[in-house]
Amino acid sequence: MKFRAKIVDGACLNHFTRISNMIAKLAKTCTLRISPDKLNFILCDKLANGGVSMWCELEQENFFSEFQMEGFSAENNEIYLELTSENLSRALKTAQNARALKIKLTNKHFPCLTVSVELFSMSNSSRIATHDIPIKVIPRKLWKDLQEPMVPDPDVSIYLPVLKTMKSVVEKMKNISSHLVIEANLDGELNLKIETELVCVTTHFKDLGNPPLASESTSQDRNPEHMAEVHIDIRKLLQFLAGQQVNPTKALCNIVTNKMVHFDLLHEDVSLQYFIPALS
Amino acid sequence: MKCLVTGGNVKVLGKAVHSLSRIGDELYLDPLEDGLSLRTVNSSRSAYACFLFAPLFFQHYQAATPGQDLLRCKILMKSFLSVFRSLAMLEKTVEKCCISLNGQSSRLVVQLHCKFGVRKTHNLSFQDCESLQAIFDPASCPHMLRAPARVLGEAVLPFPPALAEVTLGVGRGHRVILRSYHEEEADSTVKAMVTEVCLGEEDFQQLQAQEGVAITFCLKEFRGLLSFAESANLNLSIHFDAPGRPAIFTIKDSLLDGHFVLATLSETDSYSQDLGSLERHRPVPQLQAHSTPHPDDFASDDIDSYMIAMETTIGNEGSRVLPSISLSPGPQPPQSPGPHSEEEDEAEPSTVPGTPPPKKFRSLFFGSILAPVGSPQGPSPVLAEDSEGEG
Repeated sequence: MKFRAKIVDGACLNHFTRISNMIAKLAKTCTLRISPDKLNFILCDKLANGGVSMWCELEQENFFSEFQMEGFSAENNEIYLELTSENLSRALKTAQNARALKIKLTNKHFPCLTVSVELFSMSNSSRIATHDIPIKVIPRKLWKDLQEPMVPDPDVSIYLPVLKTMKSVVEKMKNISSHLVIEANLDGELNLKIETELVCVTTHFKDLGNPPLASESTSQDRNPEHMAEVHIDIRKLLQFLAGQQVNPTKALCNIVTNKMVHFDLLHEDVSLQYFIPALS
Repeated sequence: MKCLVTGGNVKVLGKAVHSLSRIGDELYLDPLEDGLSLRTVNSSRSAYACFLFAPLFFQHYQAATPGQDLLRCKILMKSFLSVFRSLAMLEKTVEKCCISLNGQSSRLVVQLHCKFGVRKTHNLSFQDCESLQAIFDPASCPHMLRAPARVLGEAVLPFPPALAEVTLGVGRGHRVILRSYHEEEADSTVKAMVTEVCLGEEDFQQLQAQEGVAITFCLKEFRGLLSFAESANLNLSIHFDAPGRPAIFTIKDSLLDGHFVLATLSETDSYSQDLGSLERHRPVPQLQAHSTPHPDDFASDDIDSYMIAMETTIGNEGSRVLPSISLSPGPQPPQSPGPHSEEEDEAEPSTVPGTPPPKKFRSLFFGSILAPVGSPQGPSPVLAEDSEGEG
């Protein structure tokens, strides 16, 4: 298995760094899937992750000026690596004002993803910072658990309000209750509700707009004002919101009543899907 | 002793105290004729730091009231630091700082004269003490490098703030390499990320070291001096020798100089050979697993038996004498390089070949501690001259 890639464009580097920072906030450990056209950051819905899953996808040619990979085999031309997300974001942080960034799969005393940053320096000599990120290669037989999650037909699909606002609301709510209800309807209304013995707090977001529905039948049956709701763990929602440092280009929320909430975001050209299951 | 610091120098003094606080818990204040010396040492004696402020640094400097002996004292670092804790406040509001110590009072008085007529007086209790002197000599180190602190500050940026130790070495083409150092863990299921920064020879004002030399020292302690040097825009020199020998970090300008002496990890000879591989980006292979006790575990180490108490406290606080050692009554060796380097050489038995010394930070000051534990002791080394009274 081989992998080597290079970024020379400053804007691409910054964007890649931002994505990596976001992943580091969303998942402590994640899987990096390398394929000829794409890079994916994956978190699968194991018990260890609390049932949360994440699928982040980017087109490699939007970032890398050079990209070469050789996967597990010709038929399975992919590489799955497990790494600590913070290591990657920390390594990329060095590259803020770099001339070039190279990433390679290497096998120094243990398998690593080596991130090599060529920095600008006052003198003519080059200054290079290298980070060897320890990785675990994921065996072929476990790949099936790491595929793109199926998105079930949602009951309601709605555009999200400004995430920063949502985050500050949820942050305050977290002090009152450990779980929250997220509900929305086809009339552009989204509510965040918490309820305890002493107090109920609801925040209403209006006029959000709904994307055109995929399935015609659902839209005909449904009363547009009827709310689809799901109870979720508030910390999981907060973790998701905390990861969004920049407001996304597009942000959508799909609710499957009492099953899960699915967030579908687009950060410029990078898509992020995040699934939070309903509390049982 | 009485001295007055004014203007921007108050912040410089404050920064120096912050730097020293990264090393030790007690601050030794020693007013000398050459200037005011502030010194500290860490609890495991593996790091020593000293700032000397020349008389010109002060608006007014009086080492001792005429006719009286020079007084010296040690105070809790925490107490002294609290006076200078907020550097921003020092810069914005403090106009003058007056430090005085007189024989009669039992307090070190630090008075900050601030804007709007506000005067803050701190009365700090102190203990009399002997002079804290480390035996070291930059000139005796075969290797040195010097660069603007800014260059070293930038070089150290890629390392995580929590990183304890770093290896500094010279690789092929005289490139200077800094690499994060992680102790080999028995249960190494989660490996740590290894970061390496490579600088060209041109970044250094002076580089006098052979390819392949390397030392490993505590980054956290080094950062203390580095941040001071960066803020004062000074050049920083690093003088070093073989692994295990202390490394000396110095800064200097017309009004002050600073020395940080840090212990380095001692390694087997194979370590320095492997440095050739640094350029090929292979991490230095882990040495055979030796126990690497945390420097603070020094207390129970046999090596402590070679140590001589650095200071005794008057009034019997209980001198820090460890059992089986020969006590030197308050060592106060003059800082002349000659005799000390000789003493160190004599006292230093050669390492038994084939016996890798355990990877530990050696206690610095009593220099000659390269003999593996348990080797037959030579004549007990005299590591400090008998004090001949106060200077």
